[in-house]
Amino acid sequence: MNITLQVWRQSGPSAAGGFQTYQVQNVSEEMSFLEMLDILNEGLVGMGEEPVAFDHDCREGICGSCGVMIDGQAHGPQLGTATCQLHMRKFSDGATISVEPWRAAGFPIIKDLVVDRSSFDRIIESGGYISVDTGAAPDANLIPIPKVVADTAFNAAACIGCGACVAACPNGAASLFTAAKVNHLSLLPQGQAERWSRVEGMVETMEQYFGSCTNHGECEKACPKQISIDFIAMMNADFVKAKFKNRRLAGQA
Amino acid sequence: MEIVTQTTAKKRAPLPVEFYRSAVGKKWIMAITGIMIIGFVILHMIGNWKIFLPDVDGIPDIDIYGHALRELLVPFLPAHVALWILRTGLIVAFLLHIHAAYALTIINRRARPTSYQGPRNYVAANYASLTMRWSGVIFLLFLIFHLADLTWGLKPVAPEVWERGEIYANFVATFSRAPVALFYVLAMIALGFHLYHGAWSMFQSLGLNNPKFNNWRRYFAVGLAALVVVGNSIMPLAVLFGFVG
Amino acid sequence: MKNLDARVPAGPMEEKWENHKFSVKLVNPANKRKFKIIVVGTGLAGASAAATLAELGYQVEAFTFHDSPRRAHSIAAQGGINAAKNYKNDGDSVYRLFYDTVKGGDYRSREANVYRLADVSLNIIDQAVAQGVPFAREYGGMLDNRSFGGAQVSRTFYSSGQTGQQLLLGAYQALMRQVEMGKVTLHTRSEMLDLVTMEGRAVGIVARDLVSGEITRHSAHAVVLATGGYSNVFYLSTNAMASNVTAIWRAHKRGAAFANPCFTQIHPTCIPASDEFQSKLTLMSESLRNDGRIWVPKRVDDHRPANMIPEEDRDYFLERIYPAFGNLVPRDVASRAAKRQVDAGKGVGPLKNGVYLDFKQSIERDGQDVIEDRYSNLFEMYERITDENPYKIPMRIYPAPHYTMGGLWVDYNLMTTIPGLYAIGEANFSDHGANRLGASALMQGLADGYFVLPYTIGDYLGQFLNQPVVDPQEHIFNTVAENVEGTVRRFMTNGGTKSVDYFHKELGKIMLEYCGMARSEVGLEKALAEIPALHKEFQKDVKILGSAETLNQSLEKAQRVDDFFELAQLMCVDALAREESCGGHFREEHQTEEGEAIRDDQDFAYVAAWEWSGKAGAPKLHKEELEFESVALATRSYK
Ligand SMILES: Cc1cc2nc3c(=O)[nH]c(=O)nc-3n(C[C@H](O)[C@H](O)[C@H](O)COP(=O)(O)OP(=O)(O)OC[C@H]3O[C@@H](n4cnc5c(N)ncnc54)[C@H](O)[C@@H]3O)c2cc1C
Ligand code: HEM
Ligand code: HEM
Ligand code: SF4
Ligand code: F3S
Ligand code: FES
Repeated sequence: MNITLQVWRQSGPSAAGGFQTYQVQNVSEEMSFLEMLDILNEGLVGMGEEPVAFDHDCREGICGSCGVMIDGQAHGPQLGTATCQLHMRKFSDGATISVEPWRAAGFPIIKDLVVDRSSFDRIIESGGYISVDTGAAPDANLIPIPKVVADTAFNAAACIGCGACVAACPNGAASLFTAAKVNHLSLLPQGQAERWSRVEGMVETMEQYFGSCTNHGECEKACPKQISIDFIAMMNADFVKAKFKNRRLAGQA
Repeated sequence: MEIVTQTTAKKRAPLPVEFYRSAVGKKWIMAITGIMIIGFVILHMIGNWKIFLPDVDGIPDIDIYGHALRELLVPFLPAHVALWILRTGLIVAFLLHIHAAYALTIINRRARPTSYQGPRNYVAANYASLTMRWSGVIFLLFLIFHLADLTWGLKPVAPEVWERGEIYANFVATFSRAPVALFYVLAMIALGFHLYHGAWSMFQSLGLNNPKFNNWRRYFAVGLAALVVVGNSIMPLAVLFGFVG
Repeated sequence: MKNLDARVPAGPMEEKWENHKFSVKLVNPANKRKFKIIVVGTGLAGASAAATLAELGYQVEAFTFHDSPRRAHSIAAQGGINAAKNYKNDGDSVYRLFYDTVKGGDYRSREANVYRLADVSLNIIDQAVAQGVPFAREYGGMLDNRSFGGAQVSRTFYSSGQTGQQLLLGAYQALMRQVEMGKVTLHTRSEMLDLVTMEGRAVGIVARDLVSGEITRHSAHAVVLATGGYSNVFYLSTNAMASNVTAIWRAHKRGAAFANPCFTQIHPTCIPASDEFQSKLTLMSESLRNDGRIWVPKRVDDHRPANMIPEEDRDYFLERIYPAFGNLVPRDVASRAAKRQVDAGKGVGPLKNGVYLDFKQSIERDGQDVIEDRYSNLFEMYERITDENPYKIPMRIYPAPHYTMGGLWVDYNLMTTIPGLYAIGEANFSDHGANRLGASALMQGLADGYFVLPYTIGDYLGQFLNQPVVDPQEHIFNTVAENVEGTVRRFMTNGGTKSVDYFHKELGKIMLEYCGMARSEVGLEKALAEIPALHKEFQKDVKILGSAETLNQSLEKAQRVDDFFELAQLMCVDALAREESCGGHFREEHQTEEGEAIRDDQDFAYVAAWEWSGKAGAPKLHKEELEFESVALATRSYK
């Protein structure tokens, strides 16, 4: 296959960027999208042009490092698939593909296709955990957890923190990411003690960096783990409850 | 190293203010006010259907109804008071709804200061969801026109013959003007779009979802939008085509 | 070099750890905050250690070259984590897990460490569940288990095929909680490029900020390396693209002994390479061997599609050769068996480079939904990569480099031969001997991080109470930092004509050919001749574009590959010196007629700890003799 790429190049966080057009020849259908970019880079190095910077690591769709807009879709056209797992057989010979970094105030561009997603770490910091010091745990089978609960919590916990939800959302909202973590922990019995402070803290931190959800549902379709927007609704409900619960609980603390 | 900075800072305030300050809180308020306005629109529509009823003792049924509304809860309250209480609620709902819409728009603009420079390809977001603020604004313009037209009687918006309390006559007079009737219909279509997304979305905002009913929410929104568009549009059209009046 | 005293506590095996915990020096809670500890790496081992140390009160500085701790390679672990909980009542016990691990490691690990590992495995599961790790459950709400290779009991806890992810998120969340509390300072996109030692002790590190290019210095009372394994020396491996040896290699060059570098694990169930552009190989979790049956056609050159080959023409070779363990033999055994089939011309797939892993019978037996429940994400991943539906057509698999048992030598306290420098997780050599059993790496990383290091580190720190850390403006830091800057400059001004990947690929080919699944004297000698030559060419001809003041991924890679070249030579030297076949190390000269490994306990029951001599490929050997008190040395048999 031969592919024409329009790749966003930007030399630094505050530099002006622009699309560059490149031809990539002899692309095999078996290649992943990132392997195709590897070939592009190999060619660029040969020509003395700096290779395109893009984040990636596991190439198995689990680390959440990779992720670019491919033809205007976060992680490209295949449902439930991270960029590294997208294969070139999904494109046709001679196609022109546009490749652009995630764009959001919460994800400033570092270089080319690489963005800074540490705002996600800030969200986790503000409550995305269960406070249990090492050594303080009771036997693991002490609290039975119904299989459906464990499975639903797992479905939420499967989030890889890639940021595609933000990239895809017309509002630049991080609701799906935040909801996934909030619900992972709040569904489990272990997570109840901090349920209300968690959702309050995480939502408020989220809002310091990201837009608001108006229920476009675009995020769910871009999410490589196909996390459901039902979790966003559950988070909203918990947030409202938390506003009242927290005040009531304060007296008992 | 990190280069990200916050776009909004965290402050503490009294509960309702703090709640409203959060975007999730604003969405919650939008949904609640949206539901209030939907309630009004439905009741208003049913009330207005009285133009299709025959006169009672020579007085149009709708005029009686309008009078009754003004006299609501008399003698417990003086005339107009109950109506004004309801109106106040509605006005507050509108103001909050509009303010929240405005504030969220600003937040969302700031959340993506540089928009995508290449093509964008939406999968789930639809025309209705992407144009909420436009359908809302169109509707707002309609509302102002509508009040000037039928409630305040401000000319030249209102028909020449407008007179307070003469609802039926005003009604017929205004919709006999084809452009006005058509404008009403267009506005109702905008409202339909607004509701197609809004009536689905509000469950999500309120957290009233259940995977089992997710399909029904869509049907509900479609049904409501269709009801409002059709139910309202038949009135100006009926006048325009001479079925009423 | 400090002698290789493992400092294994006295007493019976079951009591060593308890006794040791009692006898190590403790730092009182109020004093802990006076100590600063650097933790490099935030994978399972690093994140769990950093979080726990901070909980105890130490000041922690954590480093990762990733943009978030959650991206560490541990996230990719699929199958599960072992623990001797015996929830299945199938005869498991701490002793059995210990025994299985020593035996699985082909008797090349240190018994006392392994016993401790089996012992604390119980606490790990408790801790993880308390953190909210959503392990798979049975309908009654109790934890579910599956079986893994090398064990005859079900002791593996799992979260679908994403166990590493869930465990890492647990540790990451615990870490972020400490970051929020101000007890851990987190440095992301920051790569350790050298260790600073003073008077023979580790006193800090020099790192490079990958975004700004700034070279930074950090001092501490102790340094912990939790930087993972080095399978990427083979270029194609199941490891994440950025996994590398740099941190431990530079520590090695500063005096830390490198133990058993040639003990690498080739994992039997990976998706075979499809073309020469392949950038990495994808693992299909070993747990699949619970339900999948491995076979090849009986006839060489049987070109029929898998489903057209009748039962009588199939060779379920693992079940045939190893009836007791069948498809669940340990990894090294399974890998070599598959290699023998492919070498004999019975390979399947377009490139004839795989064997079948067939789920037909388990789908018929348990129903597709049960199989989906267990492995759906793996099946989907397989389909995305190969475009074949494994519910219908058997998977094709082939062995690939996966894990490195070797690493920095550590004593019972997990301290390397440099006082004050610790190594945990895959970065050390300690627990897996010559072959790691499935689901034991996660266990080891978390055991080290949550339950071992936080206790043992106090033993060393105690002596420095009220002593400040070394000033990072000290002369010694200057020297090291200038050295690092020099290397960066050298690469940036190199000129050259070829990309880093070109050289990495070539190195990988040599290593896979001569130091991979089967090794021979001739081959290793050849590798030892080719690698230095290629290394020289690399240093002369590698081309790095762009600048060192912005993100520069080629520059990062070049430095890592530079270290791989030196490490590769050490691996070959070690493989050459170990004239026996054991675990993942298979010397062609030492095999039975059937091709089974012949171990030599007489001469090689030792840990080979290599000291850097100042020149690559010329290390000095030190031996830690292994003594087996609890498990009798025996030839491994899985028949
Ligand atoms: C595909 C796959 C599946 C696996 N499945 C299983 C399984 O099912 N069960 C099991 O038990 N094991 C499994 N393993 C093995 C297991 O995942 C690893 O051995 C283990 O996770 C290693 O953890 P770690 O904390 O030691 O290192 P890693 O997770 O590799 O972490 C290394 C950390 O060090 C950092 N780092 C490295 N160098 C530097 C530097 N120079 N400067 C700064 N930071 C640095 C990295 O950023 C990272 O944070 C699997 C491995 C693979 C490849
Ligand atoms: C007056 C002018 C109006 C403006 C400017 C306006 C604007 C908006 C905006 C911007 C939204 C948010 C978009 C979204 O959630 O996707 C919204 C939501 C909504 N609007 Fe309006 N709107 C107006 C009038 C109305 C009216 C008259 C109704 C009812 C008949 C209504 C019902 C709703 C509902 C139900 C929602 C969904 C709330 C939610 O999802 O939580 N709006 N509106
Ligand atoms: C085609 C559809 C509609 C028709 C025919 C219609 C007709 C009328 C009429 C006859 C009145 C009475 C005026 C009076 O007081 O004498 C009125 C008032 C009003 N209408 Fe409508 N209307 C329509 C749609 C709407 C919609 C969709 C809204 C939206 C919210 C709306 C909001 C109002 C309001 C706020 C008033 C003033 C009520 C009051 O006096 O308190 N109308 N309308
Ligand atoms: S919710 Fe989905 S899209 Fe968003 S960060 Fe998590 S995995 Fe990525
Ligand atoms: S696309 Fe955006 S608007 Fe909400 S449902 Fe998803 S976050
Ligand atoms: S590279 Fe890890 S998810 Fe794509």
